[in-house]
Amino acid sequence: MSETQAAGAAPTPVTTESTAALDQTNHWWRLIAVWVVLSAIADPLFYYLAGPHMPPGTMTDVAEGAQFDFNVLMVCAIPVILAVWIYLLYALITWRASRGGPEPVAGPEARGHLGVQVGWIVFSTVLVMFLFGFGTYELVQPEGAGGGEGASPIWTPASKTILPIQVIGQQWKFTYRYPTFGGFETDELVVPSDTTIQFNVTSLDVIHSFWAYQLGVKADANPDYNNVAYATTQQLGSFIVRCAELCGLWHGAMYNSGAVVTKQQFDSWARLTEFRLRKNTALLPPYRLTYTPDANGADGSYYPDNVDPYSKTEQYGAPQNNGAG
Amino acid sequence: MAIDTSQVEEFEYPGEEEVADQPPLPPSWRRSAWLRPHVLWAMAGGVLGYLIGHWLGNVIASGYIQVQDTGQNDVAIVLGLVFGVVGWMAGIGGLTYPMAKIVGHEPMPPPPEKSWVRYFRMTDDHKVVGYQYAVGVLLFLFTGGLLAMLIRTELLSPTSHVFGPGVYIAIVSEHGTIMMMMASSAVVGPLGNWLIPLMIGSRRMAYPRVEAFSFWIFTAGYLVIVSALLFGGFPTGWTGYAPLQTQAGGGMDSYLVGFGVIGIGMIMAGFNLAATIINYRAPGMTWGRVPIFVWGILGTTALLTLATPTLVVACLVGVLDRTAETAFFVNEHGGSSFLWQNLFWFFGHPEVYIMALPGFGIVMEIIPVFTRKPLFAYRVAAAGILGVALLSFFVWQHHLFQSGINPDMRPLFMLTTELISIPTGFLFLVTLGTLWKSKIRFDTPMLFCLAMLFNFLIGGVTGVFLSDVPVNVTVHGSFFVLAHFHYTIMGGLIFALFAGFYYWFPKITGKTMNRKLSKLHFWTMFIFFNLTFFPMFLIGILGQPRRVFEYATNLQTLNDIASISAYFLGASFLIFIVNFIWSIYLDPHPAPQNPWNSLGLEWQTPTPVPWYNFEHIPVITNDPYHYGEPGAPAVADLGRSMASVGAPAGSVSSDDLETGTGDGDPRPPIT
Repeated sequence: MSETQAAGAAPTPVTTESTAALDQTNHWWRLIAVWVVLSAIADPLFYYLAGPHMPPGTMTDVAEGAQFDFNVLMVCAIPVILAVWIYLLYALITWRASRGGPEPVAGPEARGHLGVQVGWIVFSTVLVMFLFGFGTYELVQPEGAGGGEGASPIWTPASKTILPIQVIGQQWKFTYRYPTFGGFETDELVVPSDTTIQFNVTSLDVIHSFWAYQLGVKADANPDYNNVAYATTQQLGSFIVRCAELCGLWHGAMYNSGAVVTKQQFDSWARLTEFRLRKNTALLPPYRLTYTPDANGADGSYYPDNVDPYSKTEQYGAPQNNGAG
Repeated sequence: MAIDTSQVEEFEYPGEEEVADQPPLPPSWRRSAWLRPHVLWAMAGGVLGYLIGHWLGNVIASGYIQVQDTGQNDVAIVLGLVFGVVGWMAGIGGLTYPMAKIVGHEPMPPPPEKSWVRYFRMTDDHKVVGYQYAVGVLLFLFTGGLLAMLIRTELLSPTSHVFGPGVYIAIVSEHGTIMMMMASSAVVGPLGNWLIPLMIGSRRMAYPRVEAFSFWIFTAGYLVIVSALLFGGFPTGWTGYAPLQTQAGGGMDSYLVGFGVIGIGMIMAGFNLAATIINYRAPGMTWGRVPIFVWGILGTTALLTLATPTLVVACLVGVLDRTAETAFFVNEHGGSSFLWQNLFWFFGHPEVYIMALPGFGIVMEIIPVFTRKPLFAYRVAAAGILGVALLSFFVWQHHLFQSGINPDMRPLFMLTTELISIPTGFLFLVTLGTLWKSKIRFDTPMLFCLAMLFNFLIGGVTGVFLSDVPVNVTVHGSFFVLAHFHYTIMGGLIFALFAGFYYWFPKITGKTMNRKLSKLHFWTMFIFFNLTFFPMFLIGILGQPRRVFEYATNLQTLNDIASISAYFLGASFLIFIVNFIWSIYLDPHPAPQNPWNSLGLEWQTPTPVPWYNFEHIPVITNDPYHYGEPGAPAVADLGRSMASVGAPAGSVSSDDLETGTGDGDPRPPIT
């Protein structure tokens, strides 16, 4: 659309030698008019039509915050892109050599134009400072807490009741421990609706990245390190969990899905699972925020001593003394 | 101020040696051409070095350093590769000069050679090194490109597979690493080495042996990184994150040694070019007259020399962790996996601008020629290049926004990252300002420049999305990032590289590129580049992480568009190769002396350029952008007669003679 409009706005070749000043005014105002009109059309079109469907959706407050930020950035980006595209198209049509026309301007005005240069720098600086201020404001809000904030987060959600869930990345799956339900470990991620969840993300081996796409949560899982991210659920539904940091052979297959369920459903699921897995839970090391990785035969192990989880002969859960505790 | 020129006849400008009509004859004791070092000796040295190193590694570390679950001995592989690189450099003759100096001989510089064998040797001629780099970079590019075709083949289907996961991840890692290594030398190597002395009016590089060394160690790095495939590849991608790196198999050693070796080459290339640009400018080549491409290379050399040592150190530490059982990156032994991320990205982000800045330089250099207008806002252009170079050292932790390291520093790195878009935007201010009321000729180099602006705009704007932390949560580590940096590196640098290639081709080869094939190459490359990588933005924000071989089935259509377009994108390079061979060998047309009517100094030299570049060191009298300025002085006086540039005999205005030292100590004129 922009192409036809800009092309239509392009002037016929300047055959008569008009004065340079008049000529310049024409180009300038024509460009600005096309730019303003197209931006005024494109921005609301994007924001109101496409914006609500932009990822990662509105399943949690952090997802909705990320979506809002994405849309605001798009609203800023569209006029910038349009400005360059309109100008380029206009220039290529109007000033191409095959059209003939006057000789290119030369002299001091072709070497630089103080007003244009200062205006450009001021405009881009203002835009950048706005983006920085906006981004920082959005980051320190509760809606900005979806990214990994390290072990001691300083920008935390408002809610006082927070459900902690531990995400343990390991080659090549995520498992989840629910410390408020006896610390059972499962590979199903089920979270209650209308609840603020604290994801404590850690790893047992290499660096993974816990990416719950629809929840708007992404936090690297580092060995021996607790990385916290928050999300407050606001819609029911299922979501995808993927590993977003290359972690080796089966990185591409390291995904599963989770679900946001009602609080009652979550409660019954959690209690049932806690009961169902009670024997496994007894074998696990006590819930901690980090576990010493078991790679390279280091001292201490997430898995109980004397048990090699990858051993074919010795089954996980065989009698042992729990040295990791 | 007038300068009395009568007292300065003894002055010897750097690089100003007597030019004999014939190159000096080799001394009689010199060995025959086949016995002197060349690439076959380098191959022999490399193989021999590898065998010695491998044997040594097995002797000193047999039995206790083994890659998990393989029979590979890391120490043997690392020592083999290192000794192989040393053997390669010894075979090519890279060590002859320093060794001769050490034992007290004054080595004879090799004679300028006319035979084709000089392309397979270490050589003092920067133009030959430029040719060598061109072939080397294209070899890198096409190797990485073929691997990209394999990646896109695997991603044709979300669930059924062409490759196993190990092979796939090895291909992905190899593609990324090769392309990054290639791109950091893509412009600096061929065009930088070939053109910089010609553009600044010098007969030679400051350190020609260092320059030649940097190329041959670059080729050694290529062989080492390709050898990773023989050791089973490596699973870390080009970023090589640490716990996985320590855990990985023998191919990881190739990555660490290869990247370290390439890093050494990058540092050497950077030092040579920086010293040349700073010290070897012709009289009158003030900082205000230096072609903008030279500014671009100068900014790049600052990054090459200051950022790349971090990479070399990081690779060394990685090798120690893998072989000597140190624990720099092992958390449970007191190290930190964040250490590699910090070291790597402290190099890695300037590396991105190592790839971007030469592209800026090329585009800003070429656009005035095809618009017949002076470069708009020259000072802003130079300031933009230097600003980007400076700021690029302060943004590296935006790669670690979600890693949990320094979460309270995220606003700072968001600020620095967004600030860098201001000097980057100067590229657009300058180029769009130059287009204003110009007379645009759509020759192939200009088309590539315009395409670069188009692509780089998209790449730059999407970078702002990545810099915003809340949005970064969604797009980090996804195909969005992948599309973003392919738009900046391939859409920016590689398009600019081809612009430069087509632009300087008549100068470099003396032939004319076939026009129709050039245009065909451009349009296929431009269209299918965008069709390949634009869908990846959508794939990314719809939730596909990078480096995966399985993805959600609803993304298959977009992935297939990208894959099929990628094949056509690959085919467009075949058009280039055909055109290249056609225009040089099959249907050569001699190029006019200055086919684009450029004012650049490099176009004022004869074609082919003699090995000494300039018969006399030129006196620069104007910048190369005075298009449409009748009465402006010519860019340079090549014949040394000051009278011809309007200066009174016996004296010359200080403006004409001021050199880049800028200390009020103008270089005396050469009469």
